[in-house]
Amino acid sequence: MQSRTFILAVLAVAAACFAAAQLVSNDYLFFAGYTVLQFIVLATAWNILGGYCGYVNFGSAAFFALGAYSTVFFHKTFQMPIPLLILVGGLVSGIVGLGMGYLTLRLRGSFFAIATLALAVVLQTLIVNWDYVGGSRGAYIIRPNTISIVGREVPYIEYLFFLMLALAVVAIITARTVERSRLGFGFATIRDDELAAEASGVPTLRLKLIATTLSGALMGMAGAPFPYYIGFLQPQSAFALDYAVNSIAMPMIGGTGSWIGPLVGAILLGTIQQVATVTISSAVNVLIVGVLLVAFVIIAPNGLVGLVQDLMRKKSR
Amino acid sequence: MDFPFELLINAVIAGVLLGGFYIAVTVGISIAFGMLDIVNIAHPAFIILGSYLAYILNSRLGIDPVLVGLLMLPVFYALGAAVYQVYYLSFEKRGQEALRGLAFFFGILFITEVALILVFGVDYRYVEASYIGPAAHFAFIDLPYRMLIPCVLALAMFAALQLYLGRTFVGRAIMAVAQDQGALSLMAANPIRIKRIAFGISIATAAMAGAFLIIIQPVEPSVGREYIGRVFAICVLGGLGSLPGTVIGAMLLGIVESITATFYGPSWAPAVAFGFLLLTLAFRPAGILGR
Repeated sequence: MQSRTFILAVLAVAAACFAAAQLVSNDYLFFAGYTVLQFIVLATAWNILGGYCGYVNFGSAAFFALGAYSTVFFHKTFQMPIPLLILVGGLVSGIVGLGMGYLTLRLRGSFFAIATLALAVVLQTLIVNWDYVGGSRGAYIIRPNTISIVGREVPYIEYLFFLMLALAVVAIITARTVERSRLGFGFATIRDDELAAEASGVPTLRLKLIATTLSGALMGMAGAPFPYYIGFLQPQSAFALDYAVNSIAMPMIGGTGSWIGPLVGAILLGTIQQVATVTISSAVNVLIVGVLLVAFVIIAPNGLVGLVQDLMRKKSR
Repeated sequence: MDFPFELLINAVIAGVLLGGFYIAVTVGISIAFGMLDIVNIAHPAFIILGSYLAYILNSRLGIDPVLVGLLMLPVFYALGAAVYQVYYLSFEKRGQEALRGLAFFFGILFITEVALILVFGVDYRYVEASYIGPAAHFAFIDLPYRMLIPCVLALAMFAALQLYLGRTFVGRAIMAVAQDQGALSLMAANPIRIKRIAFGISIATAAMAGAFLIIIQPVEPSVGREYIGRVFAICVLGGLGSLPGTVIGAMLLGIVESITATFYGPSWAPAVAFGFLLLTLAFRPAGILGR
């Protein structure tokens, strides 16, 4: 598929989603849909570094929370519209991603993974001790009921849903563009054999830094509207391990090879979790994610996409 | 204001005691990560599991937590050997340990934490023993037994491990597998078996560390997360694969954390480990005693 047709197709699907949600016009649908879309962005962002380059980021929650807390900070300092806050959140998380990558990516890959895990704990410590953004007590962000866009009053949750939908579109188009560009091929050489890539003149460190920055920035952008969504932001909710686990589990379960894996994984797992939270309990649904993650990495290393591909190959034979 | 000299001395001593406990927490990671190159980020989860076993046996049957730790050594050894077998068959053999192996351990960490929350809730649990509470006093120095006993026992465990690794055939084979797996198989030792034994030992140390942890402080399921940064910081700081380095790293981190907690407040202590980790990675990635 040509890139232009692909972009048009993604936009058409997104528009259809939005129109369908408008037709049903149930507030809960927007709330649940927002969460699923947020996971699409997180999973896609994780996959740019994890799936394409083969570097594991355990700190998704940290990058997400950075975006959320930069919103809290700027909400208190200067009032800004949310789209601008999304850009700022992306910038902050991208810079932190770059710094982390610069310190740890020159070494063996596992150091990066460990450092991201520790980053979450430390950033949480900093936020808990920083009273300006609410400290351990948390911060309130009063969400207006409606927002007027070109003279029409729109319920705020629909506005947030629309923004997250747009972010998901941006994330998916970015991931697919990267995948098919020189950059993506460079990433693949790093994943398959970093030493050989380095020896054949691939600037591995620079490529890895691009990947961490891009991935971190997208995660921060996903986090930026979160305080408006939740209304009351606490360190425990922003840094919840659920984000880290989900953003790893979704690509792993969907398949890490291409942009479609995280999308499938996020829609599937995100929906299951929304249903399980309502019908069973929220503690059980995160347990489901953990068990699925372990089961998939052992049994189906290439995820659902890999399983389908294997099936089709067998049929064509 | 006078410089609080007595406070500083007490903070340093508390740090040494804490460092002794950190040795017990980290020695397993030093073996798994430093020698076997298995990035077992689930290690703290096994420690918390050990703490909860100590809590259950202590509250139901009144068994001393240290004794529980000793009783659990073979159980945890078997658990570790089993986990390694799954890890080897699913990831190492296929050459996928970098991405999927890490995700596997992360999944285990998460499942353990959530399962403990589901069963026990998020309340803090603690054990009862005669030595929790009283302290020994020398002049102005306080030595609480709940810190002293884990520290001494951790050092004893460390000494035993060091002797085992240096003096026995299997121990030396474990040290060798870290350097050259191919050469080891030429010496008629099966590297997979050696690694399984080593990983079993690594998880067995978590049983003791878990018992120490719940003696030192009340435990809830997510406490383990704070230790991930710490154990890897100590391990990297000391030098990968170097057990004496682990002792130095643990003591250093214990002392600095204790001083930070005394003078700036305990809520800053978790950030210290990470600062250490980043500085080490930036300036001397081989660690203090690294090769």
